[in-house]
This record gives sequence, C-alpha cells and structure tokens, in this order.
Amino acid sequence: MSTDTLEPTSSGPAGSQRSLYELEPTARRRRIKSRVMAMVLLGAVIGGVVPLVIILWQVVVNSGEAFGWSFLTEVEPLSYREAGGGYLHGIWGTVYTTGIAALMVIPLGIAAAVYLVEEGGTWFARVVRFFTDVMTGVPSIFVGLAVYAILVTRLRFGTFTGAVALGIIMLPIIVRTAEEMLHQVPPDLRNASFGLGARRWQTTLKVVIPAAGPGIITGCMLAIARGAGETAPLILTALGARTVVMAFQGGNGQADIGLLMTDGLRQPFDAGIERAWAGGLTLISLVLILTIVARLINKRSQI
Amino acid sequence: MTTPTLDKGPGGLRASGKGRLADPLFRWAVVVAATSVLVILAVMMGRTTVSAWPIFQAEGVWGFLTGREWSTGQSRSEVTGSYGALPFIYGTVVISVLAVVIAVPLALGIALFTNELAPWWLRKPLVYAIDTLAMVPSIVIAIVAVFFFIPVVTDPMGRFIADSPLGALPLLSGPAQRASYWSAGLVLSIMILPIITAVTRETFANTPPDERNAAYAMGATRWEVMRWVIIPRGFPGMVGGTMLGIGRALGETIVVAFTVGSSQRMGTSLFFGGDAVTAVIFNTFATASPEAIWGLLALGVTLFVMTMLVNVLARLIVMRAGRVSGDAAV
Repeated sequence: MSTDTLEPTSSGPAGSQRSLYELEPTARRRRIKSRVMAMVLLGAVIGGVVPLVIILWQVVVNSGEAFGWSFLTEVEPLSYREAGGGYLHGIWGTVYTTGIAALMVIPLGIAAAVYLVEEGGTWFARVVRFFTDVMTGVPSIFVGLAVYAILVTRLRFGTFTGAVALGIIMLPIIVRTAEEMLHQVPPDLRNASFGLGARRWQTTLKVVIPAAGPGIITGCMLAIARGAGETAPLILTALGARTVVMAFQGGNGQADIGLLMTDGLRQPFDAGIERAWAGGLTLISLVLILTIVARLINKRSQI
Repeated sequence: MTTPTLDKGPGGLRASGKGRLADPLFRWAVVVAATSVLVILAVMMGRTTVSAWPIFQAEGVWGFLTGREWSTGQSRSEVTGSYGALPFIYGTVVISVLAVVIAVPLALGIALFTNELAPWWLRKPLVYAIDTLAMVPSIVIAIVAVFFFIPVVTDPMGRFIADSPLGALPLLSGPAQRASYWSAGLVLSIMILPIITAVTRETFANTPPDERNAAYAMGATRWEVMRWVIIPRGFPGMVGGTMLGIGRALGETIVVAFTVGSSQRMGTSLFFGGDAVTAVIFNTFATASPEAIWGLLALGVTLFVMTMLVNVLARLIVMRAGRVSGDAAV
C-alpha cells in the first residue's frame, strides 16, 4: 500500500521531472502523520492487553501459597485467621448450581433459536430476537433481585433459586449463538431431508441441529462460563454456605466460589484473603478452560 | 405435507396418520420456548415493580428518584424510613460516563489496529485476548482491583491529578480517596472495553472493500483511509457499541461495590467516595430488613429501567448499522 501521492507532472516547474522517490513535503507530512497514528493505535492495543496480563499475573502470583490439592478437597476453616483448608464447598456449589442452570436453559434456548431460524421473518420472531438482545444487557444484580422477589420469598435460599438466576443470565447468550450457528446450516441439507420425506421435527432434530452441533456446543459452553463466573445474583438467591450442600433446594443456601471470595475479601485476615486469591485462580481457570475448549470445538465445525 | 392419494394396495404410496400431530406439537414447543424469553423479562419486571410498590407509593416516583436521604427503617409491614435514590443514581451515572470516556478511545484504537494494521498472524490472538478479558469473572477483577489496580494505579494517579493545577477544578479537586468514583470508573473501563471493541471491530470490518481500495488507489495514507473511510462507515456501530458499554457499566455490580467507597455523600469531585445503585444492593442486601429490601427492589427497578432504555436504544442503533453478530457472549 503506497503512502505517497503523485502530483501531475505539469504542475511542477517546466521541464523538471520529479522522481517518484522524492516525496513532496505534504506527502511526507501525511506519511509521518500516518506512522504516528499507527503508533498511537498500537498504544491503545497495549493499553487493552496490559490489564489482562496484570490480572492473570496477579492472580497466579498471589494465590501461590493457598492454592493446592488441599484447597480443592477441603472445606474452609471456620476462622478466617486460620490458614489451610479450601473452597471445596464453593467449587461444588458453583458446579452444581451452574450445572442445573445449564440443564434447564440449554434445551429452552436451543428451542427458541430453532423458532428464530425457522420462522425468522415474522414480526413475532423479530420481537423475540430484539428482546433477547436486550436481555443480554439486563444487569445480573437485577436478575438476582427479581428471582429473590419471585422465588426466594417462597422457597427460601438454595441451589435451585441460584440456578434459576444463572439460567436467566445464560439464556440469551445460548439463544443468540445457537441462532447464528443454525443460520449457517446450508439449506441443501434441510431440503435433502425434506426430499427424503422427513417431517419438520425430524429434519430439525436429526439433520439441522447435529450439523450445527459444534457451534451450538460452543455457544452453550460460553454461556456456562459466563454463568459460572457470575457472583452478584447469587448473593440474592443462593446466599452462601460454609459446608458442602447437596440439597437441591434446602432453604439454607448454597455456597459459590465467588461468594466465598466476597466474604474473604471483606475481612482483614491474611489467611482468608489468600484463600480468596486461590479461589480467584480456581474460578478464572474454570472459566478460561471452558472458553478455550469451546473455541477448539468451534474450530472443528464443518460448516 | 400433502399426501395426494392414499393407495392401500401393495406397492403404492403409503402414508399413515401416525405422527401426524408431531409437527404441530413441535412447532408449539418451539414457539413456547421463544415466548418464554419475553415472559421471563415481563415477569421479572412486573414482580419487582409490584414488590417495590410500597416504596414508590410512600416516596412518589419522582421523590424516590430525586431524594437525597437513604435511611432504612426496620419495619416488616410499612414504610418508616426515608428512601432517596439520587446519590446512588448519580454515582452510577458518573462512574459509567467515566468508564466510557476512557474505554471508547481505547476500543476504537484496538479495533482499527486489529482490522487495518496488525500483521495477519497477530489478528486472531488480539481478538482472543480482548474476548478473554470479557470472560474474566468480575469478582476476580474486583480482587485484583482492591489489591493492585487501586493501590498501584488509580490511587497514585488520582493523588497526582488532585495535587496538580488541574485539582483546582471542582470535578478534580482533592483530597483523593482510595475508593472513589475515579477508581471505580477506571477499573470499570477495563470491563466494558471488550464489548465496545467487539461491536466496533465488526462494523469496521463491514466497510465495503471497494471503498477502502478506492481510497488507497487515490493515494490516501493508512491513517487517512481509517479516518475518512472506515470510521465514518463504522460510526453508527461505534455509537451502538458505546451504548452497549454504558449498559454494561450501569449494571456492573461487584467491581463497583468494592471500589466505589460506599458513601452517600454525593460529592462533586471524582476523587471522593460515593455509592452506586448496584453497589448498595450488593453491599446491604445481606443485612436488610424487609422494609429495606423493598427499597433495594425499588433501586433494582430503577436500574432496570435505566439499562433498558440504554440497551433498547443501543440495539436499535446497532441494528441500523447492519447485522452484527457474535457480541452476545462478550
């Protein structure tokens, strides 16, 4: 891509041919400006990447002492002064709550996406699509408040109420990514299926969804990663616990890595804060592994 | 599907009524699933408004939004305290605006660099890096903010600015506090950077290649192409992405709760501690009396309406800017 301009030769002094290698002063200034702006843009990129590096570095460095096998297999001691112990109850709570949320929401989300693809042009589909987009921006704390007002006031705190809140946060992500993926299935596949006499539901369930499978799985995993990383709604719906809670909806709350970190951060003792850092490492690993695996699956997608 | 003739004889076209209802049932299931999105939104909105109604009734909607005093009562059945949300709304808006002011130029730079300047092998890693930033859970950013970003970055910066001649401005006057609008806004800008970048990058990538190539053929420099072709083309997308960023900033909870300072003072300076709608819900919920929970629900409704307005506007702008995909997960 060239950066200099060519003036018509007639504009120069009569008889003097300018070599293309000699830049006019304006062209030189423009070229310098372009280079300077490139540096500025590079600076912006560095400004965006440095925080990520700092976050990862800090989490790894600070969780060194508390993180280990016992962190993953033991429950936190009752006193924050005491070192040792771990977040087993939190890890279990996060996996349990997010798992139930995923089980509830993934079929619902894919079904909604199927509707958006099959009847995408109708006004109702447009409304649904629009509000799904809007729903991705609903604050998670509001979802927590709403689930509190709707469910927790009757069922009290627990795994299920937490899962409902996480599910509502995950739903729009699943719907929109699944819709994107279903759109990419070539119409030939669908027509071939119809041509063989398959019914609509057979075509959708046995041809279209499997064809878009890797992409849909990717979307679901990204949604799960998002749900696992949420803490704010859980303080209003799962409340927290100090032991491993197996109950589906016990009424006494369910633990979560983020909630344990919040409690650890709010008190002044080093042992508790170190465990919070280790919890951060656990959570960020969980989320990033899910994200990376999701991307790898998407790469294998054939469509 | 039409079945023209039902020839019962051997060898003819056979069709049975078995499974005739499967397709309509399937369609209904799918429609119900799609409707559930709308139902969930409506139920959430309706239920919280109903639950918060006593507060709106006692204070009046306008009184609630503009009141400056928030002192919760202990009652179980009636409103005895005073509920004014203005300090929180003010804090939320100030923090979000600050975050956007910092994040938008960065996002613009990152989007232009990845699309136009980066060598091909760097493009994907850059996109992944920024998307990864979006996936970092907010509690993790909060802990890094409390122990690193605030003491090492935002607090010294704030002190420096407050002590410099700029400190004479009411907006930037000292003394700079550690947990303040400034700290919260700066940390928040990291969190909204990915979504603004993603939307901006996608609209920039939608610039017709002919226009770019034409500009290059006319001898424009790289910067001139970006400035006069790509940015004007992608401007609506940038605006939409920014609005989505504001929406995220308004609703971000944990990072704000740990960095904003939890003070109802509502000072003019960015360096004073304040409070935000989300932060007060998060920080006071665990110890709230039934009456105070109505107050928090009323705050939640206010927050929901604010983000709804911003998001609806943003989505309309992004839709007009052309189909942009892939920001759902960001």
